[in-house]
Amino acid sequence: MSKDDPSGSRRPADGADHNYGFGTRAIHAGAIPDPVTGARATPIHQTTSFVFDSAEHAASLFNLQTFGNVYSRISNPTVAVLEERVASLEGGRAALACATGMAAQMTALLAILKQGDHIVAASTLYGGSVGQLGIGFARLGIETTFVDPEDPDNFRRAIRSNTRALYGETLGNPLVNVLDIEAVAQIAHAEGLPLIVDNTVPSPYLCNPFAFGADIVVHSATKYLGGHGTTMAGVLVESGKFDWGSSLSAPKFPEMLEPSRAYHGVKFYETFGDFGYTMKARMEVNRTFGGSLSPLNAWLILQGIETLHLRMQAHCRNALRVAKFLSEHPLVGWVNYPGLTDSAHHALARKQFRSIDGQPGASGILTFGIKADDPAKAGERFIDACEFLSHLANIGDAKTLVIHPASTTHRQLNEDELARAGVRPDMIRLSVGIEEADDILWDIDQALRRAVRG
Amino acid sequence: MDDITTLRRILGTCRIIAVVGLSPQWHRPSFFAAKYMQSHGYRIVPVNPVASDILGERSYPSVTAAAKALADQGHPIDMVDCFRKSEDIPPIADEAIAIGARCLWMQIGVVNEAAAAKARAAGLDVVMNRCVKIEHARLFGGLNWAGVNTKVISARRPQILPY
Repeated sequence: MSKDDPSGSRRPADGADHNYGFGTRAIHAGAIPDPVTGARATPIHQTTSFVFDSAEHAASLFNLQTFGNVYSRISNPTVAVLEERVASLEGGRAALACATGMAAQMTALLAILKQGDHIVAASTLYGGSVGQLGIGFARLGIETTFVDPEDPDNFRRAIRSNTRALYGETLGNPLVNVLDIEAVAQIAHAEGLPLIVDNTVPSPYLCNPFAFGADIVVHSATKYLGGHGTTMAGVLVESGKFDWGSSLSAPKFPEMLEPSRAYHGVKFYETFGDFGYTMKARMEVNRTFGGSLSPLNAWLILQGIETLHLRMQAHCRNALRVAKFLSEHPLVGWVNYPGLTDSAHHALARKQFRSIDGQPGASGILTFGIKADDPAKAGERFIDACEFLSHLANIGDAKTLVIHPASTTHRQLNEDELARAGVRPDMIRLSVGIEEADDILWDIDQALRRAVRG
Repeated sequence: MDDITTLRRILGTCRIIAVVGLSPQWHRPSFFAAKYMQSHGYRIVPVNPVASDILGERSYPSVTAAAKALADQGHPIDMVDCFRKSEDIPPIADEAIAIGARCLWMQIGVVNEAAAAKARAAGLDVVMNRCVKIEHARLFGGLNWAGVNTKVISARRPQILPY
């Protein structure tokens, strides 16, 4: 080991950092060997608290003058590996992991929003997100205007003087509509506002919203990042490129610049620069609202991420086969999947999503309706007739999942809200897994026949 | 040059750091950074004409005055770390060259290409628009605990503890 290089690195001085590819970062980012034991796998630091070396060390930690761990509600070394992993995969500067995707979304928004502020969000958001913003945040005095994201100008038209963020999903759930991130980001930036994008459905493998101008990304890591359907988690990531101090943004976000009342006078943007937003979310929101992720759950999500790149390829290949099969099936009325060339969103998918076998990888999520006298009833019968397709309220599992949104995930929405979310009464949502494609097609086919036979 | 290998070499060889514009107020970024570096084994030499001492170290009115006082104790100043406006850098760079410093470091938001070129021509390493504390924590551990993407990928066990 070189005396000049206490890190132990063996790399020669070549003047430029090596750019590691996605698959390498999916396995390595954030997880260097443990400095004490040399453990190569990420240790599970199942502890609530961390000792201080001295009163002076404790003071430095509380003042954020040195980096370290105090209490696992604030930070934890196992959770930190997940945070760095996802930050790396998104091409972002820093990340904060939370107990669930909903907690990550709440934390991402509350870091910059307060009573009297306003959000413009896509009307096609996941039903739980519509509830959090439209009802939960409204109770806190934060209003949301939901707009049809199909025309990006709808976001511009809804912006008010008290608007503090634009919010959308890269791929809507369950509509799998594609957000034109570049267009909406330009609208946001013209007003000095950040664009926050939920990138759960494509996962970082298929799309990096930062590459198209988004400023903050949120994930339900429960879905494809974990991929095993065993564990809840959420992550928010910041690009590090949003200038909170610009002439347009500074008057809108004084709490990024002024001494924090919630964390004894720290100026987050001045002190932490391009990860000031994440530090603010961590110290002001997650620390006090308590939506922290457990170390064991972070570790379980990390096990999943190691195969994210392989799984997403398999999900996309299988989903495209299923979509084509359904398109040609005599008992199917319609199919919606942006990976199909006749989808209205295909061009945007091609622009924003990674190519898999020459086609835009559009995730494993697709929707369809059955051709029948009562298609809604036939949809319910289809789900009951499936042999190994699992009827449950999740997506992004290695297993193929199936659900009827109008009677389950979107049940709380009224008819108008259902229409705005694009949820047709006969819509069946598939989250195509990575089982043998022939077996998935077999189960769909036999269930379709039984559903229509009645 | 601010690739990982170069930054590791700079932070591994420079042990005495003159901090120009170091504030005595605990909540200022310069104080954060200097206190962190001090607690990680570096000697901090404050350069601030209106302070008498900061972080237990005597403060000097200029880099030149600091270098002379340190030379009398038998120590060189290895790095000149600048918490000053970009346009104020050229005379500081000249002093850094004159005292034989190994590195001219400009903090986040501080960029002066002309001063950088001059210092490089004189054989100094130059880093601009980066925080010495954040880079130390990024490369030698600690920053990862704040969820930051350190971009460090390695199968080698770190040879120093990250605190």
